[in-house]
Amino acid sequence: MLRYALRRAVWLVPTLLIVTFLVYVAIRLGTDPVASYRRTNIRVSKKKLDQYIAANGLYSGAFGYVRGYFAWLWGFITFDWPRSIKGSRDVWPHLKDALANSLRLGLVATFFGIMIGNFLGVMAALRPGRLRDSAVNAGALVGLAVPPFVSALLLQLLFAVYWQKWFGHALFPVSGVYPPGHQGFNLFLMAKHMALPVVVVAIQSIAVYSRYMRASLLDVLNSEYMRTARSKGISERRVLVRHALRNALIPVTTLAFLDVGSVVGGLIITEGLFEYPGMGRFFLVAYGNGDFPELMPWMVIIIGSVVVFNLLADITYAKLDPRIRLA
Amino acid sequence: MPEQQLSSLDQAVGLSVESLSPGRLAFRRFLTHRAAVASVFVLFILIVWVLLAPVTARYGVNEQVFDISKGANQNLPPSKIAWFGTDIIGRDVYSRVLYGVRVSLIIGIASAFFSLAIGAFVGAVAGLKGGLFDDIVMRVTDIFLAFPFLVALLVIRNMFGSIGWVVALVGKPDSVRFMVFLFAIFGWMGVARVLRAQVLSLKEREFIEAARALGASNNRIILRHLLPNSIGPMLVSLSLGVVGAIVSEATLSLFGYGPNPGSGATSLGLLVAESKSAVRAGYWWLALYPFAALLLITLCVSFIGDGLRDAFDPKHGGGRS
Repeated sequence: MLRYALRRAVWLVPTLLIVTFLVYVAIRLGTDPVASYRRTNIRVSKKKLDQYIAANGLYSGAFGYVRGYFAWLWGFITFDWPRSIKGSRDVWPHLKDALANSLRLGLVATFFGIMIGNFLGVMAALRPGRLRDSAVNAGALVGLAVPPFVSALLLQLLFAVYWQKWFGHALFPVSGVYPPGHQGFNLFLMAKHMALPVVVVAIQSIAVYSRYMRASLLDVLNSEYMRTARSKGISERRVLVRHALRNALIPVTTLAFLDVGSVVGGLIITEGLFEYPGMGRFFLVAYGNGDFPELMPWMVIIIGSVVVFNLLADITYAKLDPRIRLA
Repeated sequence: MPEQQLSSLDQAVGLSVESLSPGRLAFRRFLTHRAAVASVFVLFILIVWVLLAPVTARYGVNEQVFDISKGANQNLPPSKIAWFGTDIIGRDVYSRVLYGVRVSLIIGIASAFFSLAIGAFVGAVAGLKGGLFDDIVMRVTDIFLAFPFLVALLVIRNMFGSIGWVVALVGKPDSVRFMVFLFAIFGWMGVARVLRAQVLSLKEREFIEAARALGASNNRIILRHLLPNSIGPMLVSLSLGVVGAIVSEATLSLFGYGPNPGSGATSLGLLVAESKSAVRAGYWWLALYPFAALLLITLCVSFIGDGLRDAFDPKHGGGRS
């Protein structure tokens, strides 16, 4: 077990290096960082431009990409991050805030998704083929078929615009984490601002988990060891909880790990539409500006979280399922 | 039926059960999925309605419902003149939705077909050959699928948009052709994974072994045995691909990176993008009707996909079997 985990962990570093190199190339090709620097700072001096190129490792010419990648990598590792193109600000403080906001939104929504989705999935799997099952199935299918921007805009229309028209005030605000100009921490205001985005994300998440849980539990219920457990004569309740549910939760746990890993990347559509200052919006703004110094650290965080949580998912899966033997 | 001539051995020995090919069995199972059958009808009517847009639409794409000199024609709520209301410059939303769905369906179907063609080929080869090719394909798809979808889409879009010969081949990044190209690049990976898994499980089965033992060539095994037995997953991928491309197009448009199908046309994505600002102003008809059209398509295709999955893979059909 430990050997497996270590072997996988050792592979993390080369994977990260290769993927970040590919991303470095793709972003350089796609956004042309030097041109976008010139566009944002029109009357920039030759000296300043050279400084920018050196700081970000944006060399041209033969091997420019390879040389540039290692120059960028060194700067990144030593935490000598270049300042952003737009407004020449420090990248890390903003990135940190965006990460915290995204994690808060994503984890709350995933929590609801896991709780409600798993509950519905279990309900459906216990009575396969009956009304309850068909209802959950159809509901999940509908939930998956509704694109997030549709639910986001409809919720805005209902709870902000029309609520305002009918009752004189909006029930939920549609943008930001706090009202403009707000200072300090306020849990109630924060929850109010998060309500609609959380619902949008949770709809998808509930749909995914209910389907997954249903399939997983049905699989377990049809297995041989369920018959064995029943024939031992233990109570039905104990069979379901101790034998069926625990085993059915194994794949669901893996999915949850992967979900948390992708939450770090922000929920780009939802955050974009609710002007929620998380990782997704950070990306959209930075990408719109062609802001290389902001995009690269963002990408590294995304890639890192996905790779690490993938690893954690695999390891927990192997740990939980005794049938998996690892060399 | 005594007069009827006995035409087969089955009838001669008194067996009246007709034998069904796997395809017909699947078709019968599909018919039992009521939601899927209803979806086929709805989608069929929608497609015919949209294809006949020059007849069924009441106004042109860019035609105002009446001239501005006869009074204000902007942002009118639904009425007899304009069933779905008018937009910010007085055009009929109903007609625009019809024309928009037309472009979106073209994008969806074209990219789904390209994805299927590439994905089926790559997946089948990876599954059959295994080895290094298989490893590389799976690692590449792993990397792509690990990224947030929109991020990968945007980065790749700009990357290809900056390469001269790609632009010469498939058009500028805001053309419909480029969109199809972009979605095909992403779509094939999902198809390839499904097809690879299918081929991997099929190639160990007894009937393939039997065919091989009888001396069937590789080509014959692929064409006569592997492909026909993968038709179910392929159809499911195709339906998912159509919806995926339509929704992706709308998402890209929403953030201003979508297609610009020219002055004579619009797309569902552009209509959705226009609705973003209309929502805050309270013009619900500008949002609701394009959404309804989009949801009608995604829901119908989801149900059809579900029905196909049940029909071709009865073991995983859940409780229905």
